[in-house]
Amino acid sequence: MGANSHQESFPWKHIIGFLLSLVLTFAALWVALSSGLPLKAVIGIIVLFAVIQASLQLFMFMHVNESDSGRMQTFNMMYSFFIAVVVVAGSIWVMQFVL
Amino acid sequence: MGEAAHRYDETMPLEYRTQESRLNILGFWIFLGAEVALFATLFATYLVLFQRTGSGPTAGELFEVKDVLIETLLLLTSSFTCGLAIFEMRRGRMSGLIAWLLVTLLLGAGFITFELREFIHYVHEGATMQTSAFLSSFFVLVGTHGAHVSLGIAWMILIIIQLLQRGLTAKTARKVFIVSLYWHFLDVVWIFIFTLVYLLGMVI
Amino acid sequence: MKWSEFFVTGEPLIYAADVAIVLTMIGIVFVLTYFKKWKWLWDEWLTTVDHKKIGVMYIICAVLMLFRGGVDALLMRAQLTAPNMKFLDAQHYNEIFTTHGTIMILFMAMPFIIGLMNIVVPLQIGARDVAFPYLNALSFWLFFFGALLFNISFVIGGSPDAGWTAYFPLAGNEFSHGVGNNYYAVALQISGIGTLMTGINFLVTILKMRAPGMTLMRMPMFTWTILITCVLIIFAFPVLTVALALMTFDRVFGTQFFTMANGGMSMLWANLFWIWGHPEVYIVILPSFGIFSEVVSTFAQKRLFGYKAMVGSIVGIAFLSFIVWVHHFFTMGAGPAVNSAFSITTMAIAIPTGVKVFNWLFTIRKGKIRFTTAMLWSLAFIPNFVIGGVTGVMLAMAAADYQYHNSYFLIAHFHYVLIAGTVFACFAGLHYWYPKMFGHILNERLGKWTFWLFMIGFNVCFFPMYFLGLMGMTRRMYTYSDGLGWTPLNVVATVGAVLMGIGFIVLCYNIYYSARYGERDMTGDPWNGRTLEWATASPPVHYNFPVTPVVEDIDAYWVMKKKYGGFHVKEEDLKPIHMPSNSGRPFWMSVAFFVAGFGLVFKWFALAIAGALFIVLGLILRSFEDDDGYYIPVDEIKRMERAARKGA
Ligand code: HEM
Ligand SMILES: [Cu+2]
Repeated sequence: MGANSHQESFPWKHIIGFLLSLVLTFAALWVALSSGLPLKAVIGIIVLFAVIQASLQLFMFMHVNESDSGRMQTFNMMYSFFIAVVVVAGSIWVMQFVL
Repeated sequence: MGEAAHRYDETMPLEYRTQESRLNILGFWIFLGAEVALFATLFATYLVLFQRTGSGPTAGELFEVKDVLIETLLLLTSSFTCGLAIFEMRRGRMSGLIAWLLVTLLLGAGFITFELREFIHYVHEGATMQTSAFLSSFFVLVGTHGAHVSLGIAWMILIIIQLLQRGLTAKTARKVFIVSLYWHFLDVVWIFIFTLVYLLGMVI
Repeated sequence: MKWSEFFVTGEPLIYAADVAIVLTMIGIVFVLTYFKKWKWLWDEWLTTVDHKKIGVMYIICAVLMLFRGGVDALLMRAQLTAPNMKFLDAQHYNEIFTTHGTIMILFMAMPFIIGLMNIVVPLQIGARDVAFPYLNALSFWLFFFGALLFNISFVIGGSPDAGWTAYFPLAGNEFSHGVGNNYYAVALQISGIGTLMTGINFLVTILKMRAPGMTLMRMPMFTWTILITCVLIIFAFPVLTVALALMTFDRVFGTQFFTMANGGMSMLWANLFWIWGHPEVYIVILPSFGIFSEVVSTFAQKRLFGYKAMVGSIVGIAFLSFIVWVHHFFTMGAGPAVNSAFSITTMAIAIPTGVKVFNWLFTIRKGKIRFTTAMLWSLAFIPNFVIGGVTGVMLAMAAADYQYHNSYFLIAHFHYVLIAGTVFACFAGLHYWYPKMFGHILNERLGKWTFWLFMIGFNVCFFPMYFLGLMGMTRRMYTYSDGLGWTPLNVVATVGAVLMGIGFIVLCYNIYYSARYGERDMTGDPWNGRTLEWATASPPVHYNFPVTPVVEDIDAYWVMKKKYGGFHVKEEDLKPIHMPSNSGRPFWMSVAFFVAGFGLVFKWFALAIAGALFIVLGLILRSFEDDDGYYIPVDEIKRMERAARKGA
């Protein structure tokens, strides 16, 4: 997947990405407000949907893996995702004794 | 910077053609990595504090689905149109590029308007940044995102002006591409705000 | 606010400092005017984007800050020498340990390391400059004005006094009314932004601008450590940015993040602070490992032993350093599961660190060792750092830490890693690369005096503190009563501190002495070096390399010397060189940051907004700027090369 892969004449990728994002947004909304699933399942599913949607943006819109630095860019985003998980989950876990 | 700084590579899209541009784009990606860490810290703070509402209102009492959904759709669509702008740029179509950038700007401005209305509404209900830890972290997390979007709008305006002044060159193309990365990234952040702040706040 | 509150009053020490500051400023202005140096200052330094000059400015600031932090340290030691001393009162002692700790870590160790990396890294990878020279200048000036803002606190408004960790609720409005902790929040914020940009800048530089042939696994070890350090900076500093912003919101705008009422959670501050704080200590120690690796391999005249293991252990340390932060507050009460997990990850860090120690030892083994000053610092580092490391593992055991925590045992531990690690490395690097920076060698005899005085003084000062800690002396206590049995060891510690002070004075004298009488380095390679920085002239011409060197193996320059007798440039290979233009904007934008920060500290919002508007103006001007730098023509390069090689 190089940046120089030839240019298509219709933005299929963008449209598919957009539609999928819409579907995921509404699906998350439904799961959260009307599905009646137990809380833990709700949280798990909506977070999963968010992660999928974020990667859609990264790959379909931002082309994170294009250009001669594509590998570095992808690795950078993956590592930042790891850090984000450590900071968020770590803080919640560490601080829960005060909650 | 060696001679390579100005070497042209014709096989790549315009924005990648000079060495300088490639450095800038990689640099910006890395900056976005730092932004992930920044927002992660804000999310961590929010998630640790959001049930600590003191004597103020809770998330469930405050949030309204309709407002949030409008904001979400505006920003999501703007991310899509911003992608179309890049698509047009890579086809070398200046008019399409500028048109889609303007649409993006308008959608972004709409998002900010709704967000401000939401904030003002909360403040009128007595829910300010000073009310409780929950509200402090809510306003700072969502507000930081909003400030980023506002900055993005201003930045995009500057770049449209430069496009009109200088045309589509290796340099302006790179600038457009970078601001588009920024814009998409803000949508990524919003996805998590939508999920972890609003949806979560409404179910717990 | 009344003017009598604006200036700090009532302390003879502070009045003396006021006088000294005013006199120094008058002196500087006078000298610059008398010798007609204003234009030189502006053109050559304040507007420069040359990584070498920026590096020199960082190091000058770091040495000044070492002085300031060192004076703070000596004041504390003076107060603690004997029981019931009345030299400093409790409040003043609080302020001094706070400024000492903050300055030493953020305004001494960081800029020292960043200065060395500015000077060395582009040279080591065979580049002409960093990826973003303009940004580099902005980074420096943000650091500079952040440091300035922090330093004026002790004469204007009052110093922060809640420790360098600024724990809440002590650092909150409830218990710290003055502006002191606003200074802490805002000044660190400004310089922290600069550091973050440095991290991005050097990561891109190292990833994308290496000379042809220099694969990742052929990079010099110092460059490797900087690469990883940049990653740590990029992912750790945003956490500090947020933590400080929340602190500012709490203190200036009355939010409830870390307050005691309305749901605020003071302990969350400690959590955020150390998520940044632990990577931060690796940000200052990894480059030190890099410096020692270079020095040891040069002066043992051998290739670094176990290059791959070394790289692996750096990467491992970087990874682990993000998942150990809780060891700084085991006693907060997070419970056995959390404490055990973080205890284990912490102890795991000792493994890669141990690997490195053995690598250095095996590099030295059977080497033809030359005992230069830089090498002495590196050799002394190994045992001293091991003492710090081993006591670190003791502290890592959560249950045992309930005994050691916040005692002088801890003080001794972190000074053994920070001084024997970072400060020794800075001194080693300073002596080693000094000829590259200034074209002359630091006097070796005086250098060895500094080394012995400081190294012995350091051990005399801090080794007793381990025992003081075990005897119950706690950190941050401003005095103690007679009859506890602590007095003898405290006297010893103060003697050691004085020895270190003398060592520092000898170093300063050495800088002066060597500038006047020091041996000039005509070769560019005074130590028989192994890496590419030694292939340039001392000091290098501003474009560094007339043609880009080609790298064939680890220790690129060593290989060149063995194969081709050096780095040869044929005049017909020269091509025009592209260089970035100078800019005054980084300087005045940072002034605007300073002004905005000052306004925020005192809640003078009009001033803060005015400063912010200038920052925005700077950004807009930068966006519209259409300056692509300039080319140095071949004739000019020829002329400069001849001049440089003649050692003119
Ligand atoms: C030059 C010799 C030095 C001496 C004599 C010295 C001495 C001291 C003393 C007496 C304290 C305060 C203990 C207390 O009351 O709690 C202290 C604290 C501290 N020192 Fe140093 N120090 C020196 C160098 C350094 C260096 C080079 C660094 C860092 C690179 C450093 C970092 C710190 C920190 C972070 C603290 C804790 C401050 C706090 O409690 O908030 N020191 N030092
Ligand atoms: Cu730590």
